[in-house]
Amino acid sequence: MAEARPAPGAVSVSLTINGKSHAVSVPPSTTVLDLLRERLHLTGTKKGCDQGQCGACTVLIDGRRVNSCLQLAVMNDGREITTVEGLGAPGRLHPMQEAFVAHDAFQCGYCTPGQICSAVALLKEGRARSRAEIRELMSGNLCRCGAYTNIVDAIEAVMGAGAMQEAAE
Amino acid sequence: MMNFSYTRAETVADAISAVSGDPGARYIAGGTNLVDLMKYDVERPGRLVDITRLPLRDIEATPAGGLRIGALVPNSDLAYDPRVERDYPLLASAILAGASAQLRNAATTGGNLLQRTRCYYFYDVGTPCNKRAPGTGCGAIGGVNRIHAILGASESCIATHPSDMCVALAALEAVVHVAGPEGERTVAFEDFHRLPGDRPEIDNTLKHGEMITAVELPAPRFGTRHTYIKLRDRLSYAFALVSVAAGLEMDGGSIREARIALGGVAHKPWRVPEAEALLGGQEPSRELFGAAAERLLQGAQGQGENDFKIELARRAVIRALGQAAAGTPQVQSVKSIN
Repeated sequence: MAEARPAPGAVSVSLTINGKSHAVSVPPSTTVLDLLRERLHLTGTKKGCDQGQCGACTVLIDGRRVNSCLQLAVMNDGREITTVEGLGAPGRLHPMQEAFVAHDAFQCGYCTPGQICSAVALLKEGRARSRAEIRELMSGNLCRCGAYTNIVDAIEAVMGAGAMQEAAE
Repeated sequence: MMNFSYTRAETVADAISAVSGDPGARYIAGGTNLVDLMKYDVERPGRLVDITRLPLRDIEATPAGGLRIGALVPNSDLAYDPRVERDYPLLASAILAGASAQLRNAATTGGNLLQRTRCYYFYDVGTPCNKRAPGTGCGAIGGVNRIHAILGASESCIATHPSDMCVALAALEAVVHVAGPEGERTVAFEDFHRLPGDRPEIDNTLKHGEMITAVELPAPRFGTRHTYIKLRDRLSYAFALVSVAAGLEMDGGSIREARIALGGVAHKPWRVPEAEALLGGQEPSRELFGAAAERLLQGAQGQGENDFKIELARRAVIRALGQAAAGTPQVQSVKSIN
């Protein structure tokens, strides 16, 4: 389908999303979340509250976890975005995705992409060293099904595997 | 969200001239509050001037032995900066008590000072609110007001300032660096935010077109004698009902100087120098802390649903001073308070 003509006041934005370059023209009010879902059809990232209160829309921008519902696309020109689709794929899951499956860390699954992106960033940040710290630093991702215990189990398992790998090296 | 025009500023001077020449223009940086408010139609700027590419991202030592924090330093980077962790743990703790990891990654130092109240009526454009629409009245007075102010409120507005970081900055007596069309100036932290009075639509003393460029911390104080206690309706990722930042300078077994700031109770972080002075030259005791708490809360008035905050704040102050005196600050991932 041909790209629609830019709306009046639309702004050109270039982004790298999951390793692939995208050049789009969007109204300045377009959030990263809406750009991902509505324009690029990357629907892995979920819209929960759309107000920065639930974490379902969590993505990594230049490697840092943020709420994509509060990010204007135009302000992220030139940045690199990783969504859940960029972490792994069927048959080659990211270790965090594998751990969520192994630990049954979800029920309805709606918050899961945000939880997984957030957890991948949590590990990279290296600030959580206990279950209490994992819980505190994952508090920006709500799970209405209440899978929290298993989510913490999954994260702890990947964290533990990482520590064992470091010890072996 | 209402559409708007977008400008990316390349220099501080360009940003200031773009906003000061246009009454409908606003600066945007982290956007964690402004974008949210625009979705609710509470904020309807005609133009956003993006300041995120300005060179205001450094944390630098000052000749006075303190730190100058660029306005665009993200909240998370500030909390985890090794100098802040070592010399200003009260600030690091307060930042980590607020919001979530994702929001702290996006939210900036300057923006934290400028966040607006979380009053339900302010957010709901279908209700009256003197802060959002001056002259329409206050829905919270006589309404749903569990989260509202007990100190410094007015007949026009009982909203609170929602920041945790600002409560610590008040106790640390930070200085705000501001640039505007008329040049640069500095503002003492206690003079930055204001009480609502009969102009509740004005949160602080910045003029249109002025921008926070940095927040400066004086030389470190308090050593291990500090704490930040935050009480809220859930254990994380919620705004404070009451919070306390406390720091003590000790002289052997007695207190030389104290700083106490309360969050969640007023339109600005709440300090009472007379309450702090009560502690000077005294040995720490529960009775002494109780007297300081009484003085801090003098004149406190509930609005019905938030009456509990007066007693909650009194107890929180006593606990916080106890923790500070013992050198056992609250750890934010630990959810019991000793």
